[in-house]
Amino acid sequence: MELVTPSIGLVFWTSVAFICLLIILRKFAWKPILGAIHEREQSIDEALNKAELAKQEMARLTSQNQDLMQQARAERDEILKEAKTLKDSILNEAKKQAQTEGAKLIEKAKIEIENQKKAALAEVKGQVSSLSLEIAERVLRTQLDDKTKQEALVANLLKDVELN
Amino acid sequence: MDCNRVFVSKVKRLTIVFTLLIAFLSIKIDTFAQVDSAVVPVDSAVAESADVASGEHGSAKHEKEKFEPTKVIMEHIADSHVWHLWGHTSLPLPVILYTANGLEVFSSAHFHHGEHDYKGKYNNYRLEEDHIKVVGADGKIDEEASKSILDFSITKNVAAMFVAILVILIVFISVAGAYKKRVGKAPKGLQSLIEPIIVFVRDDIAKPNIGHKYNKFMPYLLTVFFFIWFNNLLGLIPIFPGGANVTGNIALTFVMALGTLIIVNVNGNKYYWKHILLPDVPFWLWPLMVVVEVIGIISKPFALMVRLFANITAGHIIVLSLISLIFIFETLAIAPVSVAFVLFMDVLELLVAFLQAFIFTLLTALFIGMAVEEHH
Repeated sequence: MELVTPSIGLVFWTSVAFICLLIILRKFAWKPILGAIHEREQSIDEALNKAELAKQEMARLTSQNQDLMQQARAERDEILKEAKTLKDSILNEAKKQAQTEGAKLIEKAKIEIENQKKAALAEVKGQVSSLSLEIAERVLRTQLDDKTKQEALVANLLKDVELN
Repeated sequence: MDCNRVFVSKVKRLTIVFTLLIAFLSIKIDTFAQVDSAVVPVDSAVAESADVASGEHGSAKHEKEKFEPTKVIMEHIADSHVWHLWGHTSLPLPVILYTANGLEVFSSAHFHHGEHDYKGKYNNYRLEEDHIKVVGADGKIDEEASKSILDFSITKNVAAMFVAILVILIVFISVAGAYKKRVGKAPKGLQSLIEPIIVFVRDDIAKPNIGHKYNKFMPYLLTVFFFIWFNNLLGLIPIFPGGANVTGNIALTFVMALGTLIIVNVNGNKYYWKHILLPDVPFWLWPLMVVVEVIGIISKPFALMVRLFANITAGHIIVLSLISLIFIFETLAIAPVSVAFVLFMDVLELLVAFLQAFIFTLLTALFIGMAVEEHH
């Protein structure tokens, strides 16, 4: 029975000691400890939230970059295509121009050649006629040294004239 | 939570089984010992140990003495005015008496373990079975006068409690210092040992049971938890400054339970009081229900008080009984068995020390939670 009868002394000292302990610990231990734990938890939460936000921002930026990239690529393709068509058209035009120019030149050359040919032919003709006249004169001179031959020639010429 | 309750019941069952076993053994052995002692002279070492254990030594008592486990154990788990250290060395503790004439303060060394009376300022005092009694003029104990004095002595339990409080203060103020020094950093050393326990009390005891108002009750819950736990642990240490059965003393558990009773009822809101004073029953049941509810207010802390007291005292009794086996059998051969069982019990007690602190705090939180709950 004595075991379950609280003694006044121990009750008194326990109450005093426990209340003192509660007050001291509350002020010097629990307040700073719980405060620090709470603060740290908050800062960890905050950091995690920030990390999450940063991740989202990152993803956003990446997708944006991708978009930009794609856009740039498309633009480049466009430009390239345009350049190609431009080049083709320029080339075609140049070719055409060259062809027409060439054709013109050829034409000119042909005309020139014709002209030259004509001139050459005319000159050749003149020279041939003068040469043949000279030859004929020389032939005639040699042949007409002889009287008989002169007469024959005249007779022949006369024959021709009669025929005309 | 459920697991814990199951576990507690298992531990209790085990404790009961052990207690029964030891009780059975001690009864059987007692009869044997009686027969034996007639034939074999009691080993002087055993007699001396028993002597020391019973806290009374002296020239007059050096004859053959029968070992009485119940007496030894009861003396060990009860409070004392001296703190037995080793052998014949004891630490005398201050005696503080409140008498009708005024305070009396003197050292318990004056009693010489109850062999001498002490002549105080107002009365003569005698130490009888660790109780201070007033000796009348005729040399006999004056029971009337003894009842009128109040004993506020620093007994073994009070001293042990002060040691525990000192340890708690050193630990937690240094931990608090660490928090101030390492703001926002990860815990380190003692801090990282204590922090999970504090967080455990907060997140697993206070928050789920009390709700969002838990912050206000955290200092009380934490203090109760660590006070009980540290006292339990120190009680398991067999040598000075541990070994006192502090939390296994009904006075201490009474104060703790009273604290819970006060804190619960002071913080009870209108729903709590309405539930007690105007319960939701037909009016003719009111007288009965109000009585039942009022008993409920008392019975909850009462259960807390008895639970802690009984668990810790039972643990001490079992360990002491197992050690007593050596002296009962009067042979060293039983020592390994005893030590093995004691080791097992000590490990179990280590768990019980935590468990009881946890249960006390949990139930306190639960009662507070019921008192501050907002509903209807």
